[in-house]
Amino acid sequence: MDESILRELAPQVLSVVARRYGRFDLAEDATQDALVAAAQQWPAEGVPENPRGWLIAVATRRLIDALRAEASRTRREEVASAQEPPPGAEVPDEDDTLTLLFLCCHPALSPPSQLALTLRAVGGLTTAQIATAFLVPEATMAQRISRAKAAIADAGARFEPPGDDQRSGRLRVVLHVLYLIFNEGYTATSGEQLQRRELAREAIRLTRMTHRLLPDDGEVAGLLALMLLTHARTRARESADGTLIPLAEQDRSDWDRALVQEGVALIQETLSHARLGPYQLQAAIAAVHAEAPTAADTDWRQVLKLYDLLQALAPSPVVALNRAVAVAMVDGPRAGLESLDALGDDHRVAQHHRLAAVRAHLREMAGDTQAALAGYEDAARGTTSLAERRYLQAQAERLRGDVENRPAAPTTG
Amino acid sequence: MRYILLIYQNTEAWQAMSQEDKEVLMHTAGDLVSELTASGELVGGEGLADASQARSTHVRDGVVTVTDGPFLEAKEALAGYCIVDVATPHRAEEIATRWPDAQYWGMEIRALMHGGGEEG
Repeated sequence: MDESILRELAPQVLSVVARRYGRFDLAEDATQDALVAAAQQWPAEGVPENPRGWLIAVATRRLIDALRAEASRTRREEVASAQEPPPGAEVPDEDDTLTLLFLCCHPALSPPSQLALTLRAVGGLTTAQIATAFLVPEATMAQRISRAKAAIADAGARFEPPGDDQRSGRLRVVLHVLYLIFNEGYTATSGEQLQRRELAREAIRLTRMTHRLLPDDGEVAGLLALMLLTHARTRARESADGTLIPLAEQDRSDWDRALVQEGVALIQETLSHARLGPYQLQAAIAAVHAEAPTAADTDWRQVLKLYDLLQALAPSPVVALNRAVAVAMVDGPRAGLESLDALGDDHRVAQHHRLAAVRAHLREMAGDTQAALAGYEDAARGTTSLAERRYLQAQAERLRGDVENRPAAPTTG
Repeated sequence: MRYILLIYQNTEAWQAMSQEDKEVLMHTAGDLVSELTASGELVGGEGLADASQARSTHVRDGVVTVTDGPFLEAKEALAGYCIVDVATPHRAEEIATRWPDAQYWGMEIRALMHGGGEEG
């Protein structure tokens, strides 16, 4: 049976049930139960004529059971007035899925909780699938989701969209969560679980849905374009033996042309009318890379202009690092290294090895082989990614070979 | 991000501890494990059998050597580990400092390598 129908219906069913009974936490559990029941019964009995109605009916029955089990006087009154409506009687408002997304990405939740709850409640994935994707036991993931729902209840959040004054801030959080999900999937290597790599596709699906619901929002479109353009490179970024291949060295004929075309078209269309934002800028940069037939054809001046804008709009160490590479490509490696000096010897734990890696790359470009070698070794020690470590160690080894085969040269400044 | 927290126990000091104190320590650790399970941060963990029961081995030029005792000759030996999946390096530190063993001997915090690559 094609699981995708269950995934698609999941947020619709949850929205209907949560709106009707006002108990998001129980509604979410009940919906989950209904999905599990469908996954078990439909392959044998066939998909019902009204699959959404079927799921709503089952979820409703489970929810009523759960309310009864809570066994308090108030609950009994609620239960008495709760009736099962005829199947398919309620057509879910498409905006309810958006409301659901806002709720799952509530700021009171930690990012891991936001991701987990979004994937289950909006994505329709099972707890087991999410657990496998995030490399934790199912029980751990189940706890994260329970905790997420408790945090929502504690924050007093209701099943309604955020107020106008909060909306743009809350949407930023939603986009960030979708981006994090994508990143988990995209950076997974082919040696890892399929469910983990599938997260990228799931993020794209959810972002497409969001784009459909908010077609005029430039950042939503920008994020979608960025995902499409990035995902297009999946096959090219890893060699047959599992080594990581950086952008400059990728075989561009392995890029997914359809995704590239769609991404480029989307960002071009968006930039023509929307208010500029960081995801749009990142997508624009990805588009410049995507449109170059070879790495040597890359319009680095354009890339640098876009990074200048991005640095102004949404500065971060990652942006500064990527910009430094663009500076080096336009103005030479010394200029690139100088722009890194502005970052100082920033030993923020998460970024240190990336700074060392970029410095090493630019020092190599500048001919400082010894310094580059030391930098690659330092970076290799600092990363927790096996694939990244392998790549950095390979660069160090390559330079070690160069150094050994060359007579001693005076050190450059 | 995932970390392994390693309990480096001072074997002599542990042996000298009263049974009551030992039980308080284990109970506190148990509470912390429950807390981390509820928070969704606990990935796994085990206590290790006494270090005196450890064996160490190495092979050199085809010659196999097995000796009794832990690999490192030190006052401290591994007594257990816990793997957590947390949002920040700081949180891993926070958990380690709350482990009761931190008060008596010490904990080591090590990031785990993962299979994925960085962005490319």
